[in-house]
Amino acid sequence: MTITLTEAGKDASKLAVNGALTIYEAASAKAALLEALTKTRELEIDLSGVDEIDSAGVQLLILLKREAVKAGKHMRLAQHSAASLEVLDRYQLASYFGDPVVLSPDA
Amino acid sequence: MSMEAAQQTFIAESRELLVNMEAALLTLEKTPHDTDAVNAVFRAAHTIKGSGGVFGFDALVEFTHVMENVLDDIRAGRVKVDADLIALLLACGDHVSLLLDCLSVKDSAAAFAAAQPESHELQAQLNCYLENEAAGLPQVHDDLAHDADVQRIGGGDTVESDAWHISVRFGHNVLRHGMDPLSFIRYLATLGEIQSIFTLFDGMPDAAAMDPESCYLGIEIDFVGAVDKATIEGAFEYVRDDSAIRILPPHSKVADYVNLINDLPEDKTMLGDLLMASGVLTRNELDEVLRLQQRLDEETNADNPDPLAHTQRIGDILINQGMVQSELVNAAIGKQDQIKQHKVLEASNIRVHAGKLDELINLVGELVIVSASVGLSAKRAGNIDLLEAASTLRRLVEEVRDSALNLRMVPIGETFNRFQRVVRDLGRELGKDVELVLSGIETELDKTMVEKINDPLMHLVRNALDHGIESPQQRAQSGKSPRGQLRLNAYHETGSIVIEVADDGGGLHRDKILARAIERGLATADQPLSDQDVYQFILEAGFSTAQTITNVSGRGIGMDVVKRNIEALRGTINIESEAGIGTTIVLRLPLTLAIIDGFLVGVGKSAYVVPLEMVFECIELSQQDRLRVRESGYINLRGEVLPLLRLRDVFETKGEPSKRENIVVVQYAGMQAGFVVDALMGEYQTVIKPLGKLFEKLSGISGSTILGTGEVALILDVPALVQKAVGSETSKDRPALEHRMLERR
Repeated sequence: MTITLTEAGKDASKLAVNGALTIYEAASAKAALLEALTKTRELEIDLSGVDEIDSAGVQLLILLKREAVKAGKHMRLAQHSAASLEVLDRYQLASYFGDPVVLSPDA
Repeated sequence: MSMEAAQQTFIAESRELLVNMEAALLTLEKTPHDTDAVNAVFRAAHTIKGSGGVFGFDALVEFTHVMENVLDDIRAGRVKVDADLIALLLACGDHVSLLLDCLSVKDSAAAFAAAQPESHELQAQLNCYLENEAAGLPQVHDDLAHDADVQRIGGGDTVESDAWHISVRFGHNVLRHGMDPLSFIRYLATLGEIQSIFTLFDGMPDAAAMDPESCYLGIEIDFVGAVDKATIEGAFEYVRDDSAIRILPPHSKVADYVNLINDLPEDKTMLGDLLMASGVLTRNELDEVLRLQQRLDEETNADNPDPLAHTQRIGDILINQGMVQSELVNAAIGKQDQIKQHKVLEASNIRVHAGKLDELINLVGELVIVSASVGLSAKRAGNIDLLEAASTLRRLVEEVRDSALNLRMVPIGETFNRFQRVVRDLGRELGKDVELVLSGIETELDKTMVEKINDPLMHLVRNALDHGIESPQQRAQSGKSPRGQLRLNAYHETGSIVIEVADDGGGLHRDKILARAIERGLATADQPLSDQDVYQFILEAGFSTAQTITNVSGRGIGMDVVKRNIEALRGTINIESEAGIGTTIVLRLPLTLAIIDGFLVGVGKSAYVVPLEMVFECIELSQQDRLRVRESGYINLRGEVLPLLRLRDVFETKGEPSKRENIVVVQYAGMQAGFVVDALMGEYQTVIKPLGKLFEKLSGISGSTILGTGEVALILDVPALVQKAVGSETSKDRPALEHRMLERR
């Protein structure tokens, strides 16, 4: 798993998650994601590169959303990959995140 | 309450329930998905079974139990409602009624034994429905049926949703042990359909304390599938040890849900909302949850001094979170209020034995007579104080009389509603599609009257269906809607209640009836007869023009029974008909059989009472008219012909008439006539005493009453006398007069 900051700014940042977001990556992902959130007011997370995600990964996204709301910030999920979409669907969490879901061509 | 009295109450209540059940079944026939109707039917069967059990009526309990099982399956959507099932359930309702009859007869054991073959027959038919559906879902079933029984004994209502509700709070170590909640959801999805999932993460601590490798998730799943509880438990077997799993089978008790809500760690109101938003609890069940929650709150509040802690209700948060539209919740709360009001309404009715009411009315009758006699004595004594007291007494007695009579008044709607079933069943039997339209159902009439008009009405309805309304093919040919219409209407008119039975069928064939009447020697060919007169022939015994005799009618029995019954009630029958448009039979009946406001008139030394409601006006018979009247029998009243009847002649009163005679103009069924009398004596409260058997055939007199002086006055039978007055005019070859009389209606 790699987390790359594609755009950084005080007002808005974008980062892309690539590879797997599972319990094995959870610890490192938690630190990286939370750190990115502290540095900006609007964070967009590109999920197009996520090819595997499990409950631990979902939990992290939930945590991030909750922290953002708590701090009065915005956190968005974008470019959902098929894998991430399937999991969010299973948990019926799409409405919790409230992001528009665009199906990527390979979905 | 003695056991005997309790049993009577049980029978009466069960009959009411059966009436409700029948109505609900008929609704269900039209709208098969009406859950309220299904519930009403179920409640009826369930209540009868429950109460029957208390009295140990095993045959009844056994029978209703099978009914209940089938109804329960209908509620759960496992059995489809179709015409056959409705017919079967209607038959079952009738059978329950029969079983109730068995309780009232002397030798009820023998009666039950006689009813047993039918019980078994119907039960076997009901069981077919149960077996069909048991073949589809084998294992779950016994389990559930058993569960359901246990719940019913507990008295709790069950939820309507047919989904399993699974509530899981995963242990913190689930992920570390290599298991993922997702896999359970995926597995469950292969067993059936997941209707909804709510993911909960309230247990997740703040970012700093949150361990990314621990599991903080919980899920609430609504799941529909032909599985048993063990299968579902099996799906979660690997996490069972350290997770909290609760599984509620379909149609669990509402109380179980409340327990579930209370058991779970999350905020209670939110959980309640979630259950409702997911559709597992319906609006009706929301009511129940609200009620239970309130009770629980009251209990907790007892040891919690802070009332605010419990003020937020399930339902409030629902709107706050935008999970459902506020109308939905408002509707639920509105419904709850309705139920409450209904309860209040129920509580304000008391059941009184009809005999007690009759006794009261009799006493009031005596009171009226005595009060008249007190008034008379006071007048004679000439004491002002006494006169005043007597007049106050009279006014109060009048009020008592009115309210006592009111006690016996019941709306006719209940009687009318019974015909829904009759029309439906007969329509099927005759292959006719007939709609029953009721109006004026709130019109009130005396309870004893209601019982007595039932049979005549039944005859009329059957006749209208059989003879009146044509077959769908015939109707289509004559350009009518294939669906026939039968209308029952009731309204009040000058001290009478009018009941109309109208059909939009082919109408009566005047010529055919007349031909048949002449054939039977009821009329002669050269007799001038109005349509009305001709139609009256169908009320004669053994009179039928039907070419074919059906099961229902056509044997010429019935209409004469109707006529006899209606006349026994001092009522009349009018028939209006138009070829191709339909026939309307109009019954006019007195409002009450006990006490009326009367108008007292004197002829010679005798006094007669005219029911006040039928008195139109009083005029003086002038000297110059007097002689002429004797000849012609009518006067010119403001340009209208008014037929007159000299009561002196009618009752062959001896002695010289008084110097000045008066005319009392009476009106009945749209016809007017004048009675020539010697004296007008004013209004008088009349307690009707029936005439003895000996005087039953006496025409012109409908009853007697006792005056304040102790003398007897006869009550005039206005309908008969008016008929006589109008009739005597026609017989003098004055068809024009009668024509005018009819026109005035």
